[in-house]
Amino acid sequence: MESQTLHFKARAGQKLADQRLQQNLKKLSAKFVTGRAAAIAALDGFEQIRDAAVNRRNVALKTLDVWLERFEAEAQRRGATVLWAQTPQEAADLVVQIARKHDCKQAIKSKSMVSEEIGLNAALEAADVQVTETDLGEYILQINGNEPPSHIIAPVVHKDKEEIADLFARTHHTPRKTDIPEMTREAREVLRAKFLSADMGITGGNFVVAETGSVALVTNEGNEGMCTILPRVHVAVTGVEKVLPTLEDLAAVMRLLPRSATGQTISNYFSVLTGPRREGDRDGPEHMYVVLLDGGRTSLVGGAFAEMLRCIRCGACMNHCPVYQKIGGHAYGWVYPGPMGSVLTPSYQGLESTQDLPQAATLCGQCQVVCPMKIPLPDLLRKMREQQFEREMRPGMERWALRLWSYAARHPWLYRPGARLASRILRLMGGERRRVQNLPGASGWTAYRDLPVPSQATFKQQFAQRAKGKTAG
Amino acid sequence: MKKRVGLFITCLADVMRPSIPMAAVELLESAHFEVHVPMAQTCCGQPAYNSGDHRTTLALAEKFLDEFESFDYVVAPSGSCMGTIKTHYPDVLKDQPDLLRRFAAIQPRLFELTDFLVRVAHLTEAPGAFEGEVTYHDSCSGLRELGIKQQPRQLLSLVPGLSLCEMEQCEQCCGFGGAFAVKYGNISAAIADDKCANIQATKARAVVLGDLGCMMQIEGRLRRQGDDTTQVLHIAEVLTGKR
Repeated sequence: MESQTLHFKARAGQKLADQRLQQNLKKLSAKFVTGRAAAIAALDGFEQIRDAAVNRRNVALKTLDVWLERFEAEAQRRGATVLWAQTPQEAADLVVQIARKHDCKQAIKSKSMVSEEIGLNAALEAADVQVTETDLGEYILQINGNEPPSHIIAPVVHKDKEEIADLFARTHHTPRKTDIPEMTREAREVLRAKFLSADMGITGGNFVVAETGSVALVTNEGNEGMCTILPRVHVAVTGVEKVLPTLEDLAAVMRLLPRSATGQTISNYFSVLTGPRREGDRDGPEHMYVVLLDGGRTSLVGGAFAEMLRCIRCGACMNHCPVYQKIGGHAYGWVYPGPMGSVLTPSYQGLESTQDLPQAATLCGQCQVVCPMKIPLPDLLRKMREQQFEREMRPGMERWALRLWSYAARHPWLYRPGARLASRILRLMGGERRRVQNLPGASGWTAYRDLPVPSQATFKQQFAQRAKGKTAG
Repeated sequence: MKKRVGLFITCLADVMRPSIPMAAVELLESAHFEVHVPMAQTCCGQPAYNSGDHRTTLALAEKFLDEFESFDYVVAPSGSCMGTIKTHYPDVLKDQPDLLRRFAAIQPRLFELTDFLVRVAHLTEAPGAFEGEVTYHDSCSGLRELGIKQQPRQLLSLVPGLSLCEMEQCEQCCGFGGAFAVKYGNISAAIADDKCANIQATKARAVVLGDLGCMMQIEGRLRRQGDDTTQVLHIAEVLTGKR
């Protein structure tokens, strides 16, 4: 997917001005925040369950290579083919080669963020393979000119029913409908023909399990089953960090994933797929492939951002993020939005083109509170900022101001008169209403807010005065 | 023998709202502590820490230790500054074993003001009074880094005439975020709008909180929207009745 991260500020501004989007984004807290809170409250021993799952993920990631090799051996033993891709481009090429090898012309896809990462649809279309997204949200985006998803589990959260009703009427050439079950049925009818004629099914992989060589998929619409069972070839594309050693590990993280994501105790569908159709099996693909993408992941191993690899892509951090709630996912400019994206995108793509992402956070800490994997997202964002500071990547004015402030804060002989002077100026500017509406050099503040200013001398002045009075008295 | 409390004023309150540390002094003295204010103190280093300037943060952390480690307690009328000191200094000092040792010795004696008034001073009455309803905003650092939640509510219940009316989403960030508020003023203000709406929906006369950064954000946005009546008060101001 093409990166737009450089345009964060401009895009955020557009999103804030989009009244319709602002209304649509309110669904997030109404649905996901409330849903998660209820699901977690109903889960006995959440903290212990979370600690145990974090520990299991840590164990897996500590010897990632060992578990990946085990996964490969077990999957191959059961007839699947495991392929490795260093870069997103390589991963897309591998899928195209699979399509060529098996002469596949029509692919149906279940939801996959890694496929967005590697720009898979475009690569397949370029190779004359017709791709159809079958997750309802992803389908909506595809027929809307291949719009990118704005959320990792709720790709069309930025759209409302009316917008989709217009889109369906326009695309399907049918009378406009606004009843959701009717709209869903209409999409289903379009997709049914695709399901039946497809020769390749593409999915992501929420996890891969080393001990059995399986791919685990978490979905809500049943389309995944059609993608993995009907076509001749099934290709699962996922990141190398998604490996879990055992089925027990899978059970442990699955207690948290749906609850954290949508507030469900378990998703409507949960598939563990092991190898292609065997002799005597009644269904399943003839060929099963698993494409495992590095795409920058292994560069995080053992480093300052290693904890990010635990991420299970539930989306809780963005659902609870005050910034995401206001600007939505598109403003972030790449596949992964919100706090997790603001760590991942610079990690995968470099800080040069992603300047704003680590900065555009209030560090309120709620993402860390709700993260089922206890990823210290605010700390990681701060570490990103540390790298930006050390590499002098921030704008000159900002660095200069910070340097000046830093010098003063370390030198009280300068700081104290400086504080007194600032107090005096602000008091003069504030007048009777005790607020400033336009402060030169601080327009980032005063363009949107008044600046309440002091009515009295600095505390230190007052306290020194008081102490003097006490001594005199 | 009175216990000695070192008051960490916080740099913002020193200039922008001196009534907050003044009220803190009054509360601590009324609870029979001897209050000391090291005059060379400046800032805990949070702006540097959140900007990724490790060297400045480290220098200010060491400065803090030099100035405050001799007191029986250190109290700050801010969850955000005390959060930086108590929760993040271990990270700041992680490569400095000597400083880390000195910090470990003082860490259990570091308190945010309301936490101190409830857990150490065991305050049972408040000198101030307030007629009417207030609502309380839980500032992020105090809440999530220091567990400040019940303490301010318990203290507010001591104020004669005051009744507390909780707002929707009282734990939601106000959008301040330090330099974030200036760098991304439009996003910050949009977040503040939700907070302001939740405050106004309670019909409370005042929103009370424990962090000046959030106060400036909320007050600044309320006034810009034309709300000149909803008061924005620090809990120390409410407890003493002095603003």
